[in-house]
Amino acid sequence: MQREDVIKTVNNFLVEEIEIEENLLGEEALLKEDLGIDSLDFVDIVVIVERNFGFKIKPEEMKDVKTLGQFYDYIANKVKE
Amino acid sequence: MRRVVITGMGIYSCLGKNLDEVTKSLYAGKSGIDIDPARVEYGYRSPLTGIVERPLLKGVLDRRSRVCLAEEGEYAYMATAEALKNAGIDMDYLAQNEVGIFYGNDSSAKAVIEAHSTAMQYKDTQMMGSGAIFQSMNSTVTMNLSTIFKLRGVNMTISAACASGSHAIGLGLLFIRNGMQDVVICGGAQETSYLSMGSFDGIGAFSIRTDDPTKASRPFDRDRDGLVPSGGAATLILEEYEHAVRRGATIIAEVAGYGFSSNGANISQPSDHGSATAMRRAMQDAGVMPADIDYINAHATSTLQGDAFEAMSLQALFGECHTPISSTKAMTGHECWMAGASEIVYSNLMMLNSFIAPNINFENPDEYSKHLNIINKTIEKNIDVYLSNSFGFGGTNSALVIKKIK
Repeated sequence: MQREDVIKTVNNFLVEEIEIEENLLGEEALLKEDLGIDSLDFVDIVVIVERNFGFKIKPEEMKDVKTLGQFYDYIANKVKE
Repeated sequence: MRRVVITGMGIYSCLGKNLDEVTKSLYAGKSGIDIDPARVEYGYRSPLTGIVERPLLKGVLDRRSRVCLAEEGEYAYMATAEALKNAGIDMDYLAQNEVGIFYGNDSSAKAVIEAHSTAMQYKDTQMMGSGAIFQSMNSTVTMNLSTIFKLRGVNMTISAACASGSHAIGLGLLFIRNGMQDVVICGGAQETSYLSMGSFDGIGAFSIRTDDPTKASRPFDRDRDGLVPSGGAATLILEEYEHAVRRGATIIAEVAGYGFSSNGANISQPSDHGSATAMRRAMQDAGVMPADIDYINAHATSTLQGDAFEAMSLQALFGECHTPISSTKAMTGHECWMAGASEIVYSNLMMLNSFIAPNINFENPDEYSKHLNIINKTIEKNIDVYLSNSFGFGGTNSALVIKKIK
């Protein structure tokens, strides 16, 4: 799966399931501050990622993931593994 | 003594999705009962149920609110939004004034079962998602409504089986009367999913008259064979009388008396003595005599024993008065945790529109109900004072006396 495919899938569930406005979805957008993703939303994102990409997000691997661009990279790398 | 009045009400049930629809159904004697195919598939002995449509809340509530709401919470939101609007209370008022909530609810089985199924499938509790815990607890209705409506007063769920909604109103009355709150949202909610009622069906309590679903619930009738489960939600806004007058609110009725008791006996079998104690206490609290009661909304659920015991206690207390009686459960089925609140809404609608809704399907009395004045066709009738009964498993009894404000 290419990074572009990851972006498309992630953006789709952020808009459709987490109900984040599409115009906020930029590479530099901060997950918490700009997109308003809180700890409960993140539980649902873990569930959606497992259903869409077939792996489980480990909290310790997310320590340095602050922006949406970094989140795309994290998922793309995990999918490659 | 501080008087307590009702200044708003809302309803979402198998008789309609709002006060207007429900008023028409009550007057027409329309049943809300049908067969649920999912219950046949699941292995129910009886597939009969009140049919309640799930409300569409996308675009009405934000995602976080929707994710945390269980089925019965959705119904409770609809009923409470209508009740607050009816009372002239908006979000600005709620932001500036302390309002409490007592709501009857005694299960959230669908949420629990679905979360369990997810865990079994994935062997991972996180896959239940973020809403499961907030949907699964018994207090799911009050925890969600208090968050959605930003409430800052007393906040708790009342779990008292099929008397939950009635006790919630009784406690709202006591909190306001005693000066602890000026406004309390009271009500009852009941889930209707096939996942919620299997164990109740399992003890053979439900009617199996499936050939004509609208005839299945027949309280006090000789040929009754069990109750029909149902659900939805009902909300009443209770308010201190002077507070309501100062606010310029329309006063619907006065909550004049609350009576309660426990049978101290069998877990499922009702008692004529216990229910009579609750009724006597409610009338004493309201300062009325049996002869003052213009209408009784009976608990009668269409079970063999329950209706017989209630008929005995009604005969003992009201036999000489020939008081008009009906059980609206003939139309709604048994709305369980919600019933004690919904039947106050139904009775208030009768009081406001001067009619008594019929105990449909009451065709032949049995040896107990033959003494009672059971209304089986809609009649025009002025109601100044009425009594509403609610009884539940474990022998919990609640009775409320409601008066027209003069």
